Amino acid sequence: MAALPKLAVWKFASCDGCQLSILDCEDELLAVAGAVEVANFLEASSAVVEGPYDVSLVEGSVTTPHDAERIQEVRRVSKFLVTIGACATAGGIQALRNFTAVDEYAAAVYAHPEYLSTLETSTPISAHVPVDYELRGCPIDRGQLLEVLTALLHKRRPDVRSSSVCLQCKHRGNVCVMVAKGIGCLGPVTQAGCGAICPSFGRGCYGCFGPMETPNTASLSAALQAGGMDDTTVMRLFRTFNATAPAFEAASRAREKGDGQL
Amino acid sequence: MDVILTDGELTDVRLRIYEPPRFFEAFLRGRAYTEPPDITARICGICPVAYQMASCQAIEQICGAVIDQPLRTLRRLLYCGEWIESHVLHIYMLHAPDFLGASSALELAKDHRDLVETALKLKKIGNDIMETVGGRAIHPVNVRVGGFYRVPTKRELLPLAERLRWGLDAALETVRVVSAFDFPDLEIDHELVALHHPEQYAITEGRVVSDGGLDIEVAEFMEHFTEEHVPYSTTLHGRMIERGRYLVGPLARYALNYDQLPPVAKEAAVEAGLGKVVRNPFRSIQVRAVENVAACAEALRIIEEYSEPDRPAVPVEPRAGTGHGATEAPRGLIYHRYSIDEQGTILTANIVPPTAQNQEAIEADLRKVVAANLSLDDHDLQHLCEQSIRNYDPCISCSTHFLDFTVERR
Repeated sequence: MAALPKLAVWKFASCDGCQLSILDCEDELLAVAGAVEVANFLEASSAVVEGPYDVSLVEGSVTTPHDAERIQEVRRVSKFLVTIGACATAGGIQALRNFTAVDEYAAAVYAHPEYLSTLETSTPISAHVPVDYELRGCPIDRGQLLEVLTALLHKRRPDVRSSSVCLQCKHRGNVCVMVAKGIGCLGPVTQAGCGAICPSFGRGCYGCFGPMETPNTASLSAALQAGGMDDTTVMRLFRTFNATAPAFEAASRAREKGDGQL
Repeated sequence: MDVILTDGELTDVRLRIYEPPRFFEAFLRGRAYTEPPDITARICGICPVAYQMASCQAIEQICGAVIDQPLRTLRRLLYCGEWIESHVLHIYMLHAPDFLGASSALELAKDHRDLVETALKLKKIGNDIMETVGGRAIHPVNVRVGGFYRVPTKRELLPLAERLRWGLDAALETVRVVSAFDFPDLEIDHELVALHHPEQYAITEGRVVSDGGLDIEVAEFMEHFTEEHVPYSTTLHGRMIERGRYLVGPLARYALNYDQLPPVAKEAAVEAGLGKVVRNPFRSIQVRAVENVAACAEALRIIEEYSEPDRPAVPVEPRAGTGHGATEAPRGLIYHRYSIDEQGTILTANIVPPTAQNQEAIEADLRKVVAANLSLDDHDLQHLCEQSIRNYDPCISCSTHFLDFTVERR
């Protein structure tokens, strides 16, 4: 029998939620574990098999000088590198620091900022090394993760759509929260994948999967304002979980009052 | 982790946590008072509900909003889902492999497939409670200041009741399975701190109490507890003012709230031979298993008694002030404090998570464990230290298999 493909999971600055999504595949976990060799997954196992690895899943963004070096090493030992989640793919919520001076943040949280070693910015993995595939979401969707792993094992392209949340929302048969109830929603500009959960629960999408392929954020911003949202609220909406994804960053900066403060 | 020996005697143990600094308390400044449940959830993917509930409570306190009892009960149900998911994850994926000599649950599955399959099935019930009530298992979307965006129908919840009846049996069996493990000896004397509620095993609300006689309102927390920043770690170290280290989490909750355990959980504890107080942290896996029985029983009771609340949320209008919230995350007490202005913009935020509070206690345990086991070689000593850290299930990334273990002999 041929050797099983080696899977590694790596953590950078993150909440562990996307890694947890792997363990949350309760019905499929043992099947996945039978199809790959889990070679490096510190959250789940103390056994570490040496690289190189066929597939590396990378969670989290790069926020320290140490991690900026470590990602280079991860790339070197990985044949196929997949980023999992908003932090690894777009800098995540940690990228809120990119809009202000990080030393102010450090002083606000820590008594001795001089003990810390941190970068001015939180950046996605792709800002440091070539990335072979990116999975969106805060957190990622389990189904999409399994699809990517299955596709890799069978050497085919993953079937992950880049259309908007609106499309999934229509498929679910939801009444549009924005049209029917006047609730602000990022669904029209956000990539699908979550299953349109927020509108299904009667709230607007908050964009945790980041911008879709061709987002018309200017038009949506105008519609949000026409619905009664002020500049600051629109800016906050675009500037949360994917704040430095280019389309969302441009949209939030367009509503900014000059000094970068909310 | 550094162990420093001078002339063969243990002189220092330090746990260096190198989690990159994340600036959540700073990110919250300038945001709207409605945003903390969504933003603070991202501090931890394993216990997002703990952060959501504590932040909601604090904001609601500022705004003078009183949450309807049925909504508070629904929050408790969501939180039970998180307890089940998190406790089962810790018991079977992290802790049990230590006792059974396996490197992971996946390896464990080779010899104990039934056990791991039962664990996954049980864990999935916790996740499905979170998905049904909260929208998704990680970073639920249906929690808001004031309550929920939409409340589930009885029909949506009922299938979970059927599975919880199986789950309760599986949880009881879990207590039996882990009680057969061989536990290293260790006796701790940390002051135990947890929420306490007279009528229920405290999860979502209560007063802050300790076995040293502390009994305060949540709002008084910062008058009695402090956090210090030590040079070798990005995790702040919690201390009780003038009293030093303390412990939060299952051992503390169990000791302080034994009388409030549901009868079925109490019976499981008695059957397992546990007293009303457990001071061996290696036995925390048993206490966690007993708490998991309690969470399953509570979730089942809430679903059986559920009728759809009249409204999904209480209106919460902003007003200037400072508010406090505290709940029992699976890993222990979590405290939030916010100040907002009259428009509802957040001025300051302060978050004290359980892992920070337990740092001093974990280091104290490690000193005891190392001192008592200096005859072990470095490899075995490292394993024992990792196991000691996993007793506390500190946020999973640090609780797991991370130790860069150095022994410095001077």
